[in-house]
Amino acid sequence: MHINRYEKFWIILSSLLLVIFAAAVATSSIAYGVQVPVPEQRVDPRLVATPGNLFGEPGLRELAPGRYEAYILSQAWSFSPREIRIPQGSTVTFYMTSRDVQHGFKLQGTNINMMVLPGQVSKLTATFDKPGTYLFMCHEYCGVGHQSMYGQLIVEG
Amino acid sequence: MMKFARENRLTSWHIGIALTALFIGGAFGPLQKMEHVGINLYPALNNIGIQSYYQGLSLHGVLNALVWTTFFITGFFVFTVSRSWNRELRYPRLNTAALIVMTLGLVSAAVPLLGNKASVLYTFYPPLQADTFFYLGLTLVVVGSWIVGYGLYFTYGAWRKDNPGARTPFIALASLITMVMWQIATLGVAAEILFLIIPWSLGWVEGIDPQLSRTFFWFFGHPLVYFWLLPAYVSWYGMLPKQAGGKLFSEPLARLVFWLFLALSVPVGLHHQFTDPGVPAGWKVLHAVLTFSLFIPSLITAFTVVASLETGARARGGKGLIGWIGKLPWGDPSYAAQNLAMILFVFGGIGGLINASYNVNLAVHNTMWVPGHFHLTLGSAVTLSFFGILYWLLPKLSGRQLWSRKVGLWQAWAWFVGMLLMSNGLHIVGLIFSVPRRSMLGVAPYLQPEWAPFLTEAFIGAMFLAVSGILVYVNVIGTVFFARKLEKPIEMPVAEPLDPTPAPAWLDSWKPWLVGTVALILVAYGPVLFALIRDIASTSPGFKLW
Ligand code: HEM
Ligand SMILES: [Cu+2]
Repeated sequence: MHINRYEKFWIILSSLLLVIFAAAVATSSIAYGVQVPVPEQRVDPRLVATPGNLFGEPGLRELAPGRYEAYILSQAWSFSPREIRIPQGSTVTFYMTSRDVQHGFKLQGTNINMMVLPGQVSKLTATFDKPGTYLFMCHEYCGVGHQSMYGQLIVEG
Repeated sequence: MMKFARENRLTSWHIGIALTALFIGGAFGPLQKMEHVGINLYPALNNIGIQSYYQGLSLHGVLNALVWTTFFITGFFVFTVSRSWNRELRYPRLNTAALIVMTLGLVSAAVPLLGNKASVLYTFYPPLQADTFFYLGLTLVVVGSWIVGYGLYFTYGAWRKDNPGARTPFIALASLITMVMWQIATLGVAAEILFLIIPWSLGWVEGIDPQLSRTFFWFFGHPLVYFWLLPAYVSWYGMLPKQAGGKLFSEPLARLVFWLFLALSVPVGLHHQFTDPGVPAGWKVLHAVLTFSLFIPSLITAFTVVASLETGARARGGKGLIGWIGKLPWGDPSYAAQNLAMILFVFGGIGGLINASYNVNLAVHNTMWVPGHFHLTLGSAVTLSFFGILYWLLPKLSGRQLWSRKVGLWQAWAWFVGMLLMSNGLHIVGLIFSVPRRSMLGVAPYLQPEWAPFLTEAFIGAMFLAVSGILVYVNVIGTVFFARKLEKPIEMPVAEPLDPTPAPAWLDSWKPWLVGTVALILVAYGPVLFALIRDIASTSPGFKLW
């Protein structure tokens, strides 16, 4: 099969570029500790929010000074809790699940982005060095009230 | 009977239904954008039975992304394949039956959609639960499209018997590869609907596993986008160079590109699920890497198609390094629409590269960036190309001239400008402000004043698109009902290969490519799906939250 000289050059060049791109994505993912939710725990969505279960009392828990766990329950059409306050410099691990349909969680201006599915626990960790108010919004359609499902994380300086 | 009379009639029906669906589905686009800037027309729509933004969005997604595309593409392939062989369908009744099945499916899905009983958007993620007829309808549309494929394969067999050893003409081969890719891809959604959703929606089982459902859906969902795109590629490679007065620059590579899409379209679906909790990171990374390899056939396409168009421009007297571009047939709406579609696809492709990047995806996943991206790809590269195709295909099918070339040109340019504005605004609010997609933003309590300039930009773009959309239908109706009869018959434009040496046999041979495709799918999806099925937890009852 004859391939035009310039075309051959183009194909090699673009393949190389893609390899470089893939390598850049891989190394930066490792270097910056990019994390995505991975299988953490399965739960029964019908029971998970009842007393005594994992999300029976959602909210913020302090593990040690500056280290927190936030259990956030998603349901149509609110997060509970809706508001979380932490001191500047804190590290927070978010645990999330849904007791009804699929929801999403994006913390504005950060890479904290996860799907929240009934039956699964989504987990991500982040450190907050900049004080301010960060909105979190449900980003998966969850019924007619979807647009009102949000909350805020307040990092106090 | 005139040769191809049946094929023409079938294609006309497919396209007529596709255009009707797009008319209704498309109308919600501008309404959504108006809502985002505070012009809420949905209360008025209550009078015609549209009860919410989300019912409208479900119609927009299902009718545009699933119905307009599938009906247009299957109809287009009936046309391209038979013309490419200059041979009528082997079993025209089979293809008629296919169209009937698809149409029954459409009706069955449309009734609950219009009755607000299936406001689950076009991804219908469980445990949101629509009326069972919605799922049955989608299944019938898919099954009907399979039957269209069988009709084409039988015709292929008959052609092959009469032409042993001949190379399958490019247009026929590319159309068939796309059809086969679709049949493999739709196995995912068929499994989701038949094994998980329908038993659950009928109440035979109590619960469903949302993570497993999503994984089946995206097995289908990514190749779906190539099912939309490849028919446009068939036109860009196989027809457009001819329309520009040129030849297909490297025909063997064009074939290779389609085979690569067959092999690589499916085993990348997890790149839609980077943020899913139930899928291990290693598999996400594998799919991310495979996704990058999927850019190679598109980059080859960029070169080959531009080089082919250049042969046309130079034959028409074009000179200089870039001066030849002016000699392309910009005055031909069919050409202009498709060339503008390609330009928008460049931006769409760059955005796709970003979406696929494991790390950057986290910044944009499920934000308004995403509709910004796919209105450039699906909404432009594909849809605007299909409009361009219609500008010769409608005259061909109706025997009448295009009603107005000028209106066609205005349509294409208005789409181009409108889409640039809309997608730019959507990309920015998604990336910078994390504005979620699929949200009735105008009444959202989290709406922020800083978003306004970009939402307004997108709104202005949407108004251009609305005008452009109306111009499409003006021209369609004008052509079919009012235009003058054609002076001389039109044929499908077929670009000759620049180099007449036939492509090597391995580029016209199904077995190695099919084996490779199945092997790749097994490697990339086998273990993930196996684990999810082994650990299935059908714990989610259905919800109707609209
Ligand atoms: C008239 C021009 C159009 C405008 C102004 C428009 C506008 C929009 C907007 C603003 C959204 C986002 C809504 C939201 O996330 O809340 C959207 C979603 C969407 N659009 Fe369009 N659109 C147009 C045409 C099209 C076309 C031609 C197609 C495909 C052929 C298309 C396919 C889609 C799809 C698949 C979605 C996603 C629906 C979902 O999230 O479930 N649109 N459109
Ligand atoms: Cu939600």
